Amino acid sequence: MEYLQADHVTFSYEPDEGDAPKEVLSDVTLGIKKGQFVALLGHNGSGKSTLAKHFNAMLLPSSGKVYVDGMDTSDESLKYEIRRRVGLVLQNPDNQLVASIVEEDVAFGPENLGVPPAEIRRRVDDALKAVDMYEFRTHASYKLSGGQKQRIAIAGIIAMLPDCLVLDEPTAMLDPRGRTEVLGTVQRLNREKGMTVVLITHYMDEAVLADRVVVMDSGRILTDGTPREVFSQVELLKRHSLDVPQATELIYRLKADGCPLPDGVLNEQECVAALELLLKR
Amino acid sequence: MHPLISDITLGQFLPGKSVLHRMDARVKIALTFLFILFIFIANNFPSLGLMVLLAAVSIGLSGVPARQYLKSLKAVVFVVLLTSVLNLFYGGGRLLLQIGFMQIRTGGVVNSVFIAVRIISLILFSSVLTFTTSPTDLTDALERIMKPLKFFHIKVHEIAMMMTIALRFVPTLLEETDKIMSAQKARGADLESGGFTQRIRALIPILIPLFVSSFRRAYELAMAMECRCYRGGEGRTKMKSLHMTRLDGAAIAFSSAVCLGVVLCAALLPSVFG
Amino acid sequence: MSEIILETRDLTYLYGKDTPFQKTAVDGVSVSIRRGEFLGVIGHTGSGKSTLIQQFNGLLRPASGQVLLDGKDIWDEPRKIRAVRFRVGMVFQYPEHQLFEETVRQDISFGPRNMELSEEEIAKRVASAAEFTGLKPELLDKSPFELSGGEKRRAAIAGVIAMDPDVLILDEPTAGLDPQGRDQLLDQIVSYHRRRHNTVILVSHSMEDIARVADRALVMNSGKAVMLDRIDRVFSRRAELESMGLRVPQITKIMSLLREKGYPVNAGVLTVDQALDDLIPLLRKRGCIR
Repeated sequence: MEYLQADHVTFSYEPDEGDAPKEVLSDVTLGIKKGQFVALLGHNGSGKSTLAKHFNAMLLPSSGKVYVDGMDTSDESLKYEIRRRVGLVLQNPDNQLVASIVEEDVAFGPENLGVPPAEIRRRVDDALKAVDMYEFRTHASYKLSGGQKQRIAIAGIIAMLPDCLVLDEPTAMLDPRGRTEVLGTVQRLNREKGMTVVLITHYMDEAVLADRVVVMDSGRILTDGTPREVFSQVELLKRHSLDVPQATELIYRLKADGCPLPDGVLNEQECVAALELLLKR
Repeated sequence: MHPLISDITLGQFLPGKSVLHRMDARVKIALTFLFILFIFIANNFPSLGLMVLLAAVSIGLSGVPARQYLKSLKAVVFVVLLTSVLNLFYGGGRLLLQIGFMQIRTGGVVNSVFIAVRIISLILFSSVLTFTTSPTDLTDALERIMKPLKFFHIKVHEIAMMMTIALRFVPTLLEETDKIMSAQKARGADLESGGFTQRIRALIPILIPLFVSSFRRAYELAMAMECRCYRGGEGRTKMKSLHMTRLDGAAIAFSSAVCLGVVLCAALLPSVFG
Repeated sequence: MSEIILETRDLTYLYGKDTPFQKTAVDGVSVSIRRGEFLGVIGHTGSGKSTLIQQFNGLLRPASGQVLLDGKDIWDEPRKIRAVRFRVGMVFQYPEHQLFEETVRQDISFGPRNMELSEEEIAKRVASAAEFTGLKPELLDKSPFELSGGEKRRAAIAGVIAMDPDVLILDEPTAGLDPQGRDQLLDQIVSYHRRRHNTVILVSHSMEDIARVADRALVMNSGKAVMLDRIDRVFSRRAELESMGLRVPQITKIMSLLREKGYPVNAGVLTVDQALDDLIPLLRKRGCIR
């Protein structure tokens, strides 16, 4: 059993009157090791966000089980311990901020956990430094940019000293600079602090940053592997209306025309290098 | 950033390092209430004068420039003028002026002066409080002060949490209102012209989206709070706590002395209100 | 009819005028927008692009300079500024947040009704706008709040299209959509533009989106209009764009890098198809293609 373990999870939302229940997750089994950076990729309706919310017991499976560090998420008594260990960052930066002042918002989590005041202070300072927002600690939260607000939301979670950070489309509402800030912060937390990261996204240029990409469609796992392995399956992804990086697509189509080119090209540099080998002939 | 958005927080906090800024918020709230009460206890010029002096001292100690106080008075200029002019015509004493059937007597003049000074002092004391105390400290202080009400099953923590969240969202909701207004104006909405009923009806395309959006925000915020292990006030600690210092002790002592003086003047000296 | 439908002359706009926070959001911008074109407006947050477009429909009034619609200053008669908004329509970001009526039909009618059109005309416009945005007819009588996220967005856009503006401005219309939703919406906008033959201005952070749909691109930086040209020409200026913090599409960068290394390829390539058009002949010559 891995640190985060979903076993044969099926999930349906409570239907409205007269409607049939809609199955959002169908028999999903997925294990995530501690310290991994996993991207859950899929378009809207693929079930990726729903699966993410199972990992911190916000949702419970209709059938099947979810375990966090061996703890069963359906156990009410373990709910808060699970949520302390697995933090969830949501999409809308504004609607996660509780307090008017940055450092007070970051303190919200530890305050809920009953941490002693001096220790809260220490954690808040450390968390703000980890997301590179320490100098903003006494600023008004509403005045921050989208990317800054999301980093505060992340700080608020890491102040609870979690093992794992689950981020549900954290950059969907941000501009390019905000996206870079947030993704950079997340990568740093994974690399430098060993935090397990589960990034739910529909952007493949974010998915390529992960160690492992799990592609979902219609409530099931479509494919699972390193970014290179996954994005090489261009046919499969296109059949499910998913994007591949333009570099990957270019190489794929030239290969289809007979060019001897390598698999798994993901970025501009690799693409240019591969093409140059041919063009230099 | 649209022109509509100004730094609106509850009564406008102006950060600083003055003596009053450093005082405990609970003491400031309590003293403000006390002063307002005593303005109305003062019933002759000496006692009123003491309170006016107290107001002047407070303003001086606040470190906030006088023009800010003048700005806060601007809002009530009309009310003050209206009530004091009306009061001119009510009161006994020697007749000073007769306009048609209305009479201005010395009693009326005194009433007029007193009401004007009282309203102005009330505004000034409140402003001193809000200028020198951050909204967060205000809500924290109110939460601490209200704690005994828990005995009567009043949900003190929840009320304080509501105030904190409301404060946090005021500027955000203002920004959103602005965006919605722009979007509806772009669809040809006319928010400026027409009579009263027309203008109210014109607000529907603004208010409904705002309400819907607020409910959505509340739902998402509640989820975010749950993710951060919120479970009400039980077992909750606070990073920042209010503590009283010698400064507060000195302020309480000084204020008590002034109030005693007011009581003495009011009791021993003749009242102006016959 | 002149070739230019909308024009600004030395347009300047200040936020927080006469306060210590005064900021020049739009700085002496003079641009001409051609009738019938599809213009993309690019720039990072704070470049002034959102402020600029709000000058086009009179939501904001310039501090100095002019905005001319069909050669006439829109502020000549300030009381009649609403009429400008009937000709220059604007869809804001996350437009689904403006829905308020009891039914989708009534909400789409809001704009046309403000234009004081006849009920007959309004009904026609609603049907046509719903069709343009791919809204199924059975949704028209539902409450807008019952619709899915994607459907709400279409309903909101339909509300502006129903006003049948000569210039349609869309501010980040694909914000928050997944790649599939984004592609569908962009295709619909392109199709609308082709059928209606009006002028469309699309503001976006995404260079890929602009590359897909626009004829020309206006690049804004720090309140100034720094580039206004055919998109292939704008995108070929990769180094300049990158110095402004803007990223060209991946495929453009690849071709641009190849060109820098001396290969005879077009550096203003916008799509994978265009790149293949350039590369296949070169590779064929080297015997790489079957």
